[in-house]
Amino acid sequence: MRAVITVIGKDTVGILAKVSALCATYGANIIDVTQTVMQDLFCMIMLCETDSLSAPFSEFVDSAEKLGEENHLKIHVMHEDLFNSMHRI
Amino acid sequence: MSIINSRDILETVSMIQDEHLDIRTVTMGISLLDCIDPDIDRACEKVYQKITEKAKNLVPVCEEIEKTYGIPIINKRISVTPIAMVAAACRGQSPLKFALTLEKCAAAVGVNFIGGYSALVHKGFSAGDRELIESIPEALARTEHVCASVNLGSTKAGLNMDAVRLMGETVRRAAELTADRQCIGAAKLVVFCNAPEDNPFMAGAFHGVGEEDTVINVGVSGPGVVRSALSKLGKDAPVDAVAELIKKTAFKITRMGQLVAKEASSRLGMKFGIVDLSLAPTPAVGDSVAHILEEMGLEQCGGCGTTACLALLNDAVKKGGVMASSHIGGLSGAFIPVTEDAGMIDAAASGTLTLEKLEAMTAVCSVGLDMINIPGDTPAEVISAIIADEAAIGMVNSKTTACRLIPAIGKKVGDTLSFGGLLGEGPVMAVNQKSPAVFIHRGGRLPAPLQSLKN
Repeated sequence: MRAVITVIGKDTVGILAKVSALCATYGANIIDVTQTVMQDLFCMIMLCETDSLSAPFSEFVDSAEKLGEENHLKIHVMHEDLFNSMHRI
Repeated sequence: MSIINSRDILETVSMIQDEHLDIRTVTMGISLLDCIDPDIDRACEKVYQKITEKAKNLVPVCEEIEKTYGIPIINKRISVTPIAMVAAACRGQSPLKFALTLEKCAAAVGVNFIGGYSALVHKGFSAGDRELIESIPEALARTEHVCASVNLGSTKAGLNMDAVRLMGETVRRAAELTADRQCIGAAKLVVFCNAPEDNPFMAGAFHGVGEEDTVINVGVSGPGVVRSALSKLGKDAPVDAVAELIKKTAFKITRMGQLVAKEASSRLGMKFGIVDLSLAPTPAVGDSVAHILEEMGLEQCGGCGTTACLALLNDAVKKGGVMASSHIGGLSGAFIPVTEDAGMIDAAASGTLTLEKLEAMTAVCSVGLDMINIPGDTPAEVISAIIADEAAIGMVNSKTTACRLIPAIGKKVGDTLSFGGLLGEGPVMAVNQKSPAVFIHRGGRLPAPLQSLKN
């Protein structure tokens, strides 16, 4: 399956590095990244392949959220199908 | 993002994080017809075995889906065959044992509610029906998770006025027996006309006899999302634009429900039943149907224009949702439970929203007089008459209507009942106390309207 990771928060140095490192730790392969900064608010969306994760998906989700809390960011990991079903006919 | 538009992604995240978008309930319907036994203890044992076996994975699977998709699933519930049918074989024994068994099942599998302590008496009472109705107050007082409902009318059959009289007394008694617990018993009891057999919402959920042996039904929520979308629309936008926007939003909400329903039914190895595309409010700020109506341009819900706004909302939700799911069912529309909706609570407390206005609103929305606290000294006949009025609206308009009235024992207009959780809290509302006693005590059957003759 493919998961969408969204990262929203105050722009600081190294956000992309930290999230990418988390993906590498868990064996999530990053396929695509897009990021913008809107009025100091950092907003990144990452698409990654999670079929060969080294831990259960739920653990990956929890770790991502924890990483967000530690860095004052909101990080969410959600299955790609949610977005496909909501925004495509 | 190459595959999905990043604006769409952020919109979904913000719907869930900031606007309370969630799946209100994943409800597993379980038929108990194969548990019928003249020996009530054996029957209860079979019921326990079947429910705990079929639903043992319901909660873990829902939690898994929550994690995978990042969508909160607020309640996990079970609905069963109306217990009056199962209990009918146990002649001369109180069906109360079934209620206690259901409670035990709810605890064993960890669901939030279990519905189906019900009887269908729209044309008359059959074996087991009267006994079940008479046992409802005690069943609700002695259990926490069990919900009861009675269908006493339909467009095809008319209204069973003997049941109407009986239910006025039953509602009162349910409140009296739980007077020390904010009269919570009555909050778990719904009286229906045209009850749907696949409704995933409580307290009125039961598993109809025409359904699969086990089935997954899903109820979505999302008033906050609709309100937020409308708040971005200009105040001078015509109502056509309002309706279009609600349709588009309802489509997205329902798609999420469809995804969860498909996923849950496949992981549980059961058939997918329906998505109920209702806008179900919660007492949380920003999750109110009343606030949607106010966003459309009303000073406060309950004022003139409320019925028209609600009609628009209800219709647009259905039109948007119907294409998003392969099977729509249940109640599908906008809910207006007073104590469960922050905007309704305010409107009722300030006196803008009255019982009479709510009755008018029920003619154009998906359910009926829902979660309304009434003075504790309201006679049973008056409660019966409110039920009759509401059922008549449903019968004539070929729609579901329901009453969930909570007589606030020992309290008067302006006092508050507080249930906590999704049931919320609200003021005791005024009720016209002129006596309908002679009418109610006539009994009999109110004939079905001409529109029942469609063949």
